Amino acid sequence: MSTAKALRQPASLRIMSGTFLALWCLIAAFPIAWITVMSFKSPVDAFDANPLNVIFGPATRADGSGWSILEIVLGLAVIWVTARMTVRRVPPLVASYSPGGFVALGWVVAAVLVALGFVLVFFGVLPLVTDLLGPLVGPLGRDIIGATTEHYQTVWIERGFIDNFKNSLIVTTGVVTISLTVGTLAGYGLARSGSTLAFWILIIALIFRSLPHSVLVAGYLPVFINSAEWLAPILGENAPTLYGKPAAVIAVLVAINQPFTIWMLRSFFANIPADLDEAARVDGCSHFKAFRLVIMPVMWPGVITTGLFSFLLAYNDFLVTSLLLDASNQTMVPAIAGMFNRETTTTDQVVAVAAAVSITAPLFLLVMVFQRQIVSGLTAGAVKG
Amino acid sequence: MKPKVFAAFVGPSIFMMLLFIAFPLVSVFWNSFTVTQPIYETVEVESCTAGFLEQTCTTEMETRPVLNEAGEITRQTEFVGFQTYRNVLEMGRFWEAVQDRSWTALQNIDFWKALRFTLMFTLVTLPLVLGFGLAIALVINNASQRIKGPVIFLSLLPFIITPVIGALSINWLFRGDGILTALLEWWLEQDLALFAQAWTIELMMMFYRVWHVAPFAAIVFYAGLQTVNQDSLESALIDGANRWQRLRLIIIPHLAPLLIFVAMIHLMDTYRVFEEVVGFRAEGYVISLQWLTYDFLTPDQAGNRSISRASASAMLTMIGIAILLVPLLKRTWRDHKGSH
Repeated sequence: MSTAKALRQPASLRIMSGTFLALWCLIAAFPIAWITVMSFKSPVDAFDANPLNVIFGPATRADGSGWSILEIVLGLAVIWVTARMTVRRVPPLVASYSPGGFVALGWVVAAVLVALGFVLVFFGVLPLVTDLLGPLVGPLGRDIIGATTEHYQTVWIERGFIDNFKNSLIVTTGVVTISLTVGTLAGYGLARSGSTLAFWILIIALIFRSLPHSVLVAGYLPVFINSAEWLAPILGENAPTLYGKPAAVIAVLVAINQPFTIWMLRSFFANIPADLDEAARVDGCSHFKAFRLVIMPVMWPGVITTGLFSFLLAYNDFLVTSLLLDASNQTMVPAIAGMFNRETTTTDQVVAVAAAVSITAPLFLLVMVFQRQIVSGLTAGAVKG
Repeated sequence: MKPKVFAAFVGPSIFMMLLFIAFPLVSVFWNSFTVTQPIYETVEVESCTAGFLEQTCTTEMETRPVLNEAGEITRQTEFVGFQTYRNVLEMGRFWEAVQDRSWTALQNIDFWKALRFTLMFTLVTLPLVLGFGLAIALVINNASQRIKGPVIFLSLLPFIITPVIGALSINWLFRGDGILTALLEWWLEQDLALFAQAWTIELMMMFYRVWHVAPFAAIVFYAGLQTVNQDSLESALIDGANRWQRLRLIIIPHLAPLLIFVAMIHLMDTYRVFEEVVGFRAEGYVISLQWLTYDFLTPDQAGNRSISRASASAMLTMIGIAILLVPLLKRTWRDHKGSH
């Protein structure tokens, strides 16, 4: 067809477009890739001005820690097999072993098992195998890239990052579960009611969404710090000080997240034809029963997407968690801020880099697994307006 | 849906929002007009030291907080009107600076410094995000089907990363003799100190923000590009429109609602700029409005938080939000009326 021919792009345009795309991919991935490389090097190498020294780490290798070709190949093989197994084998296993209605729980168990198995093989079995094989393969067993995991050990064990990780886990789990439970009900109600009241609720939610979080925290702080006093008449002697408690932060983050959650879920529910629940209502279901039996089975894509964004909000938050949590309950992101405040030596800096990479790794996995859901979530609000 | 059923569905969500968003707003509003501080009393204290033959005694006036029966410091809340606002805005120094026509003096006042940076940051990054977002969307759309998935995966990384960590990772590339500073020095053949003055830090912050938000814009626009009407593209082609004209006259008008959507979201989000100041450790040079509130809320060396100042600065920040929201609300209202 002539139009198709005319629409074909000249080579120069195609090359330009390809170059720009490649450049963008480089810019997008470079900072993250680079700090990942830095986190495995000794401080001298990590902050070297010569990029080749950062990548190959001569000073790190001189210290006696590095990876040989054998180790790199085996390591990559383990990662590849894990990824492949996760994609191919796990979904049917989860589907067949989890009891009806608990598929989500089955996924959580599967994720934990895969992560545990990976850590066990990668950090437990692999070093033994390479130690055994190393001397047998000659030059392949010699270190070629200087790399060390000591900064990760410092962060996770000596600096107690594992506690921060647990706190992050508590806060994110709480926020995701509660905001989805509350938000799903509200989103469904708002999508199915065409009343002016529903419209105004959405508008107010929109205004709430735009508020700076520091404004809200300024409102909570005095109340939370003095909560033991004003809760005493209700709860008596055991009235808790809300300041510093994960539960208080969960409630705050759920509320902050609520406007976004209900907007997003509403647009997902609006896509589910109303005929579906009307048919159930004609058959004699109440609204709640129709919601539970008819809507819940088809709403999971929307709920998973919204859940991802709730998770991101809770996981990435710095402002609320750093102001409302005390030192013993701190999550990962404010903890790293404390880490670089006192950094003086370059070793401390590389330790902070390792902590940053540790925080980013789960997000990386999240994008890998849920890329489609994230994209659909980003476009859901926009395309329908 | 009956009102009662509607209330049952929506109730918990409304309750959470009222308790944790509406109530703090009221409380911030109230706190910004009041000051809570310990009550002090001045007492005469006679202190004696043992001396030769007789004691040397001195009497001094000492100011100390009043304690209640439980031994705690008594505090009292006082209505001060707009005094806290005046303290935050530092109107005296502001007028002085205006009369001297001294920009530097104005930029030494925290609030005005923060306001200047916040507005500039918002307005400079907006066209960059829209432009880069559109460019990335066009080239992704242009790429072959096979590489689209991996490219979108890479593009999502800057968007998904924790803002503080993202800012830090850019920071580490430049900090000291970081890899990019070394590259720039080699290219420009001169020594650079990127963290020694405000404007270079601001440039890095803007670079970070565009890097962080452009993927979001790109993905929204990319989704929009999938729905461009192929027939109108073809008829434009027959009418002799070249590539640039087709982009300008058909594709961009088609994307206009999405451009407005991304612009609104971006304005709201950049106006709240905060994490960059933390990630780049820029507080000595560059601060933003939200960082100012955060700073008031952080305990000082004596462990006191300036709640009323934080409230006043928070209220002042919200004026900007209100201005930003008006066009958005107008548009939503029009859509709502149009749909009925």
